[in-house]
Amino acid sequence: MAKTFRGGVHPDDRKRYTAAKPIEVAPIPEKVIIPTRQHIGAPCAPVVKVGDLVKKGQVIAEAQAFVASPIHASTSGKVVEIAEYPHPVFGTCQAVVIESDGQDEWISGLPLNRDWQPLDAKELKEIVRLAGLVGMGGATFPTHVKMSPPPEKPIDSFILNGAECEPYLTADHRVMLEQTERIVTGMKIAMKILGVNKGYVGIEENKPDSIEVMRKACAGSSIEVVPLKTKYPQGAEKTLIKVTLDREVPSGGLPMDVGVVVQNVGTVVAIADAVEKGIPLIERVATVTGGAIAEPKNILVRVGSTFAQAVALCGGFKEQPVKVIMGGPMMGMAQRTLDVPVIKGTSGILALSAADVNIGPEQPCIRCGRCVEACPMGLVPSMLSILGERNVFAVAKEEYNLLDCVECGSCVYVCPAKRNIVHYIKLSKAQNAAAAAAQKK
Amino acid sequence: MSAEVKLDVGTLTVSASPHIRCDESIAKIMWAVNLALAPAALFSVYRFGMPALTTMILCIIVAMGTEYLIQKWQNKPITINDGSAFLTGLLLAMNIPATLPWYMPVFGTVAAIAIAKHTMGGLGYNIFNPALVGRAILLASWPVAMTTWPQMASKIDGVTSATPLGILKLQGYESLVAIFGDKVTMYQSLFFGSRSGSMGETSALLLILGGLFLIYRGYIKWQIPVCMIATVGILTAAFGHDPIMHMMSGGLILGAFFMATDMVTIPITVKGQIIFAVGAGALTVLIRLLGGYPEGVCYAILLMNCVTPLIDLLVKPAKFGARR
Repeated sequence: MAKTFRGGVHPDDRKRYTAAKPIEVAPIPEKVIIPTRQHIGAPCAPVVKVGDLVKKGQVIAEAQAFVASPIHASTSGKVVEIAEYPHPVFGTCQAVVIESDGQDEWISGLPLNRDWQPLDAKELKEIVRLAGLVGMGGATFPTHVKMSPPPEKPIDSFILNGAECEPYLTADHRVMLEQTERIVTGMKIAMKILGVNKGYVGIEENKPDSIEVMRKACAGSSIEVVPLKTKYPQGAEKTLIKVTLDREVPSGGLPMDVGVVVQNVGTVVAIADAVEKGIPLIERVATVTGGAIAEPKNILVRVGSTFAQAVALCGGFKEQPVKVIMGGPMMGMAQRTLDVPVIKGTSGILALSAADVNIGPEQPCIRCGRCVEACPMGLVPSMLSILGERNVFAVAKEEYNLLDCVECGSCVYVCPAKRNIVHYIKLSKAQNAAAAAAQKK
Repeated sequence: MSAEVKLDVGTLTVSASPHIRCDESIAKIMWAVNLALAPAALFSVYRFGMPALTTMILCIIVAMGTEYLIQKWQNKPITINDGSAFLTGLLLAMNIPATLPWYMPVFGTVAAIAIAKHTMGGLGYNIFNPALVGRAILLASWPVAMTTWPQMASKIDGVTSATPLGILKLQGYESLVAIFGDKVTMYQSLFFGSRSGSMGETSALLLILGGLFLIYRGYIKWQIPVCMIATVGILTAAFGHDPIMHMMSGGLILGAFFMATDMVTIPITVKGQIIFAVGAGALTVLIRLLGGYPEGVCYAILLMNCVTPLIDLLVKPAKFGARR
């Protein structure tokens, strides 16, 4: 029996467009635009200047804080510009623009052929930090920070998030099929860093082939593959931990509060690459799909290539897109231009047609209760939307558990009145944060 | 890059996630409820003849027309096609005798739409079920007309022109059974609808069928009708009355499936809805057994509508991560 959780929704997974398509290596772009901020946390400071020649894998921006992750050149060439560029998450951001020399030459010494077994946890973690690893599911939290729980929070379990519960996305699915051994190696390294013996791989049942290959690869190890019911948001950290281990992350808490660290499929492959080959995070697998894309594909793409290049590789648009999304359709970010670069957290590039999005005018809440049933966090989303609409932000926080919302979007998906509940929730959170900041002053 | 690759994005919509939605809509829900009422409505035309049909059409047209005029006057988007005004008209018609003079249903419908729905802010904001407010206003305004029941027009013989609950109140249980002949015949008549009453409330069978359709479609929760009807059964039995007769009489089936389930005016959590349903059932029994009126479903639901916001404040879903 596949495991499940309370609430959630069942959108058509629309993975059929790309699920069977092997990962295609994207050509090296003539120019890469590499933002100095590709993670949650402080921006990095460029350590190269215009005119410098850089090699692939060379650090071009250094982390200035613990919660930050260094940035590397994704190909070799010349730095031609350091300026503000469009950014898929932050609107605009400082970026280092490198004109490719066509050689795609590694910085000297790379790739390595290193045995990870003799290295201790501290050394491994430092390698992960220097390689610029972040959570590649989309949240982009620096991996070394996630792997550094304070001593009073003992970790006993590691969960690999292979749920990929967002519709359309198949990048993790393909990586599990095509780089199975790398995933297992990466998991073992991660488990060594954390000092845990027990590992789990949670995979939704709509990927039976992934479940099978991962089971074979994990046979005889302390890693268990857990099939999960196909239901969104199965892969949200809190629900994933709940179904895998029956532990509830306390309200306001983190997975480490229940002794768990969760990592994404792409991230553990990057851990294996960083440790064994010394390769920093400069490329990733992303699904380019949606009703407006001519030829949907899974591509291995360099950080800093633009969305336009990725879309062109997939045959361009077959019809007019209404929305372009970075990430999945439930939690991804809407884009205003195709000139934004692929970053470390770009799990997907979606170009959605009018038929895909089903946008309609927002109507009053009729209190049908579907959002309440869909909410995996046990909230009353209808009230949160009404309070946000009326600018009653403090009540939302104090009486309706605003801050427990994970913004999974299940409530909006089921709403017959087409209310933009998550919009109001994001607004209310921001307003509460602003009010708290004003009070501190 | 080949020349024919299209990369022009035009104007993109930028909005908060999520970016896909299910194909449910308010109109779909409302029209489904109307559809679910159709069998019982058609049966009432068969039972009570043309007056039933004309009253129903009149109520529906007046409901939609009133909503149109109000929205026009307030410069709001016109939403008369979403099925909700249609539903209020139809429900009100099903809650009144078929023989009222035309101006009474018109008055009740205007009151339902204008006062109960639009003074509160329109769809989604009303505290009370509009159709029931319409009925309550009519009952207060024309108590005699509202409790005078037509002889039934069809081939199946109508047993009386008073409702079973009316006979029960005035003449007692034995007289009621005597009118039907025996208990089994009485139960059958109540279940299939060969009795007098408001237009839409006579056939328990067809109302239940419509309700099952709504439960199957996920538009209403089975807990509401089950809890409300069961509460009536248990309490009437506890007070020494015939629970089967009580459960199938009056507007209980209609109210339990179609008005205690009106999502706008009932609690939003299933737990809250159960409290609502049990409360409505208990109030119905209190009014029927101890009150001055023979029937109490309408007032019971309206009274529970009052406490819906309170129930919603007290009964909230269990937050994830609240327990350790």
